[in-house]
Amino acid sequence: MINRNLKEKGIESLLFFSAVIAVVALFLLCIFLFSDGIILFKHISVTSFITDTKWFPTAEPVHFGLLPLLLGSIIVTTGAVIFSVPLGIAAAIYISELADPKIANIVKPVTEILAGIPSVVYGFFGLVVLVPFLQKSLGLPTGQTALTGSIMLGIMALPTIISISEDAINSVPRSLKEGSLALGSTKWQTIYKVTVPAALSGISAAVMLGIGRAIGETMTVMMVTGNSAVIPGFPSGLFAPVRTMTATIALEMGEVPQGSDHFHALFAIGSVLFITTFIINIIANYIKRRYRFSL
Amino acid sequence: MFSNAKTNEKIAFAMLRLAVLAVVAFVCIILYYIISNGLSAISLEFITEMPRNRMTEGGIYPAIMGTIYLIIGSMAFAMPLGILSAIYVNEYAKPSKTTWAIEMAIINLAGTPSVVFGLFGLALFVKYLGFGPSILSASLTLGLLILPVIIRASQEALITVPKEYREASLALGVTKWETTRRVVLPAAIPGMITGAILSIGRVAGETAPILLTGAAYFLPRLPNSIYSQFMALPYHLYVLATSGTNIAQTRPLQYGTALILLIIVLSVNIIAVVFRNHYRKKLSR
Amino acid sequence: MSSDLGKKTEIQVKDLNLWYGDNHALHDVSINIPKNSVTALIGPSGCGKSTFLRCLNRMNDLIPSCRIEGDVHIDGENIYSKNIDVVDLRKRVGMVFQKPNPFPMSIYDNVSYGPKIHGAKKSDLDGIVEDALKSGALWKEVSDRLQSSALDLSGGQQQRLCIARTLAVKPEVILFDEPCSALDPLSTSKIEDLILELKKDYTIVIVTHNMQQAARVSDHTAFFLVGDMVEFGKTEQIFESPQEKSTEDYITGRFG
Ligand SMILES: Nc1ncnc2c1ncn2[C@@H]1O[C@H](COP(=O)(O)OP(=O)(O)OP(=O)(O)O)[C@@H](O)[C@H]1O
Ligand SMILES: [Mg+2]
Repeated sequence: MINRNLKEKGIESLLFFSAVIAVVALFLLCIFLFSDGIILFKHISVTSFITDTKWFPTAEPVHFGLLPLLLGSIIVTTGAVIFSVPLGIAAAIYISELADPKIANIVKPVTEILAGIPSVVYGFFGLVVLVPFLQKSLGLPTGQTALTGSIMLGIMALPTIISISEDAINSVPRSLKEGSLALGSTKWQTIYKVTVPAALSGISAAVMLGIGRAIGETMTVMMVTGNSAVIPGFPSGLFAPVRTMTATIALEMGEVPQGSDHFHALFAIGSVLFITTFIINIIANYIKRRYRFSL
Repeated sequence: MFSNAKTNEKIAFAMLRLAVLAVVAFVCIILYYIISNGLSAISLEFITEMPRNRMTEGGIYPAIMGTIYLIIGSMAFAMPLGILSAIYVNEYAKPSKTTWAIEMAIINLAGTPSVVFGLFGLALFVKYLGFGPSILSASLTLGLLILPVIIRASQEALITVPKEYREASLALGVTKWETTRRVVLPAAIPGMITGAILSIGRVAGETAPILLTGAAYFLPRLPNSIYSQFMALPYHLYVLATSGTNIAQTRPLQYGTALILLIIVLSVNIIAVVFRNHYRKKLSR
Repeated sequence: MSSDLGKKTEIQVKDLNLWYGDNHALHDVSINIPKNSVTALIGPSGCGKSTFLRCLNRMNDLIPSCRIEGDVHIDGENIYSKNIDVVDLRKRVGMVFQKPNPFPMSIYDNVSYGPKIHGAKKSDLDGIVEDALKSGALWKEVSDRLQSSALDLSGGQQQRLCIARTLAVKPEVILFDEPCSALDPLSTSKIEDLILELKKDYTIVIVTHNMQQAARVSDHTAFFLVGDMVEFGKTEQIFESPQEKSTEDYITGRFG
């Protein structure tokens, strides 16, 4: 019996240590990211990192300005959200409220294919199909623009937005909808006056997660946005090349000498990126929990 | 008034339908382009030969092998760890600060951008632990990246095992671990494996993390140890499409590589779904 | 309260209190459950019958919010004392649940599950399974298909399989929590017969909502009301001349 209890305790400890590795990993991730990032500020002040409008990491004199990259990420992400949120929510409403089950059962896996396609394949498709298409149809000097990135990212965010919104809409109690229909409202009035508002917090969690996905996406934007580190105007910047934080890290890390200021600047950008997505995650998760409990 | 509402409804529904059509159209267009252009590039030589003539001719064999090594390496690391973690969280842990911390860690790891994982892998595995740019560093980095996916899938599989099974076993005077091992796990394993298979697709497609932890532009031979650099499909596609020699001329190679990658990822997804449905039927008999 | 129950008692519960978080679900329950007899627990829904039953093999340990005070002695041993091994306790005090819950395995594997884990020799298993199925009054119906899935059995057969599975571990006490509530009348009567048979060798505690069932199978009956054990005595006495007004009201169907 003592033997048996020892074994049970031993196994429980093993399981515990496995589970704690996730916490340790996140902790180490913060430490390594931040500690390599912070070294930058020995030579460059935090204010200049945040306010400098130029990113010239190899020019003389060097500029490590976050601003163009941050704004690059923001404009691409904003475009993606404007493009994908209405589309995703509309698709989710159609799938869960209108489509007959047979069609829904076909459409759903099809949208899930979008989630399976690797980002480098999206990037490649954007590069060989969308870039020349936009260049020609909009008469731009180059098709590698923020808009191109937004469209590709928007498509990539669709499955996340659709599936979580659909969950939220499905979890609206039937009685609520029937109540509205019984009052003589049309199906559409019921959808936009009752169902969607009731599912709103779930839908906003979906949007947050979609934003988190878009802001952290690397390969696709790197391949289709042209990567020039200038502060984009709005909305004119949509039609010009931009460079995001993610693309900067991936593009430049290969060429920097380890331990240089440039190297540490890339870690500093990584830290900013991490903190941003961390906050988005926490908010999305908070919203998601709340709507689960309230229904 | 009444007919107005009807007209509005008609217009609204038409737009919803249009939205779904648009989404489906995206899928079809992307698949169409890759498949129709890639098919002609694929041949036996393409998948079994080394690249030749500065990657403007020949096959993608080393990139396929590299991706397979990464899949094996990262799964070997993340799958046992993920399953054990899920067992702890679902079966053993009582609500406490520690379990809260574990849950939060899983959620935030899942939402961390892959390029940040790349930076982390570079700092920890490549530099600090001295594994260098290598299969090992990249596998561990990818393993951490898919860990939350595997944990979530395993947790979901455990949740579907009825509480009654556990109670019945415990009431027979069977210990917690024996109960878990003999009653809970057999019922949950299919779901866990489905989750693991799905994350294979993720490993095969990720580029940014391996870019920072050991993927090579070109290697004349296969890697000979876990400390070697390696080629991998997604990075190879990126290289060919953006910085290879004679980009326009090698388009067929690029489409071919994209198609192979797509085939791997989608077939892995299909296998996972078929596997799950097969076992669902078996269990719910 | 009539306390001369004659036989030596096996389960002695003294001042048992139980909380689910802030919900005080059992108040100062004291009761002596005699050996080799059937004791029925009755009372309206939510009064704490299942909760009480689950105290007897410490299944409530599994509920994180649950807190228990008081003593439960089985054969003179306090099962809530520190040096008690819960796993061993549950071997001695088996339990059959409301909903039949066979494992998704073959009939044979269901019955041999407990003994195998508790170290029975492989060569003995066939005999153990046969004995348990015979005692569970199921052997005749399944002897020719031991390897088929337990989930293919009818509800009543499944419940008898669960009883056999419990018997295979050779417990001293068996707890039944509304074992027939999910079953048809025929299966119910089979299980009642079985319980009467089993009481020769086991101490049995059964929760039931069915007054006739309590009257038919039990020797003693305890009546619970919102967390209190209101009355306990010989079954005839409880049914024919209850001491408490609330017991009478419940038995005559005035509430519950
Ligand atoms: N796991 C639990 N967590 C919190 N409270 C519980 C739990 N189980 C039971 N309770 C509460 O304890 C009280 C007694 O419940 P119990 O299940 O013991 O009643 P019961 O007499 O068996 O009822 P029934 O006849 O419906 O089975 C109820 O108020 C119930 O809400
Ligand atoms: Mg009950």
